[in-house]
Amino acid sequence: MEGPDANEEAGSTRAGADASDRTVELRDGDAELLEDLLSGDHRALARVITRIEEREPGYRGLVSALYDHTGDADVIGVTGAPGAGKSTLVDKLAAAYRDRGDTVGVVAVDPSSPYTGGAVLGDRIRMASNVGDMDVFFRSMSARGQLGGLSMATADAVKALDAFGKDVVLIETVGAGQSEVDVVRTADTVAVLVQPGSGDDVQTLKAGILEIGDVFVVNKADMDGAERALAELEEMVHRREGSDAGGGGHHGAGHHGAAALDAPGAAHVPEPSDGVDGTDTADDTGQSEWTPEVLGTVAKTGQGVDELIAAFDAHATHLRESGELTRTRRRRYAEEIRTLVRADVGALASEAIERRGGIDALADRVSRREANPYGLAAELVDPIATCLEDLDGRDDG
Amino acid sequence: MSAEGRERTVRCLVAKVGLDGHDRGAHVIARAFRDAGFEVVYSGLHRAPEEIVQAAVQEDVDVLGISILSGAHNTLVPKVIEGLKEYDAFEDTLILVGGIIPEDDVAELKELGVAEVFGPGTPMAETIEFVRNNVPERE
Repeated sequence: MEGPDANEEAGSTRAGADASDRTVELRDGDAELLEDLLSGDHRALARVITRIEEREPGYRGLVSALYDHTGDADVIGVTGAPGAGKSTLVDKLAAAYRDRGDTVGVVAVDPSSPYTGGAVLGDRIRMASNVGDMDVFFRSMSARGQLGGLSMATADAVKALDAFGKDVVLIETVGAGQSEVDVVRTADTVAVLVQPGSGDDVQTLKAGILEIGDVFVVNKADMDGAERALAELEEMVHRREGSDAGGGGHHGAGHHGAAALDAPGAAHVPEPSDGVDGTDTADDTGQSEWTPEVLGTVAKTGQGVDELIAAFDAHATHLRESGELTRTRRRRYAEEIRTLVRADVGALASEAIERRGGIDALADRVSRREANPYGLAAELVDPIATCLEDLDGRDDG
Repeated sequence: MSAEGRERTVRCLVAKVGLDGHDRGAHVIARAFRDAGFEVVYSGLHRAPEEIVQAAVQEDVDVLGISILSGAHNTLVPKVIEGLKEYDAFEDTLILVGGIIPEDDVAELKELGVAEVFGPGTPMAETIEFVRNNVPERE
């Protein structure tokens, strides 16, 4: 029982430190670090990513300074169930990109223990094709369990790799839950991996991951059932096309629809009922839609990897030519702003809780029937709301 | 654990260098480190010294634990250390060696910059304690 509590506590102290360090000024020592990174120093890049992961004081200044140097890399997310072959495929992809002269960054995200915060990050084991090649920069990250924190840290790490000058950045993550989906959505192009013989896998895809895939890959395509998995995916992709009636549909809604801007929960729009979706996609008119590609690969041998890269390139071209890239990135910036604001306000709230004797003391009051959670939450948040109202009033006057 | 306030997550690379295929010890250590709250990057088997250097630098680890049971420590460990120096990563990486290392060689490895050598039967708690107490400070 001691575990979860300790974790909780660590989380709140970290949030507290964050709040007192919202500054975006670049600190003196960090200017040098940034310069080293931009001039191609691997150690500096590694250090910056650590700072980002740790949310160490001053990291915001660093990331803010990185922004000016980003936007050139193709960012590709690779997701799928455990054992689908993501790491092996990423390794082969990295090697193929290197063969054509591109430099590569990889961010591999693994889960961490909710009890100790510890993690074993094993994605590196599969990195066998890029031995000693420093132009493949591989970084393992663990999900350190903060609300929205993982996708934010990943996005910031990707920015560091982008600013460093990587031509391609691959994000690898287990497609298991909402936070992983958020992570992979920080990519411009998303590949969803499925392995054959797992009809159930394809079923789970429907639950949310189907909407985010730009390319669907049946890996281990030399196994029994590959044909069927490919056919099922094809059918699903086309069904989703068909139900769109020319509009943005699932894909559009998930990636850049108006609904996605309202709340993160709304990003994964359920099956649209007929007509509703069609009337709601005015901003999508006059552009060609991307039809997700379905491909088979055998990551172990590298079969199909070149075709997969061609599909990524085609999607990147589509994004640029349709103007989708601008919209995707705008949506992502919107999400980043929202995540930051939410985290910062959350940190303020954590401080308020601390000032009232800590969360345990508050919980005890509920146990003793002296208060209830709704009342306590209102007590904590009302002052913040009042401050905001006062501010707005002043602005108006 | 977190009472002292903000605590950086300790990042470790557990590495198997060279040709021996005995990774039970490395696995046990990796798991124990994870349970101690560390983030552990595991290298996998049969890694060359350059791979270990590449991983240690890119992952920006605080601790590098090298497991060698082949007896080749006198050739492999110096190569790793040289590589780390090349990337300016030697100073603030705590280097540990685990495995069967003769007495005389232990002194030599420490001379090179290995912080500690843990032989068979070392209690897990001792290794974890050593890491906690010796993780290099940053800035």
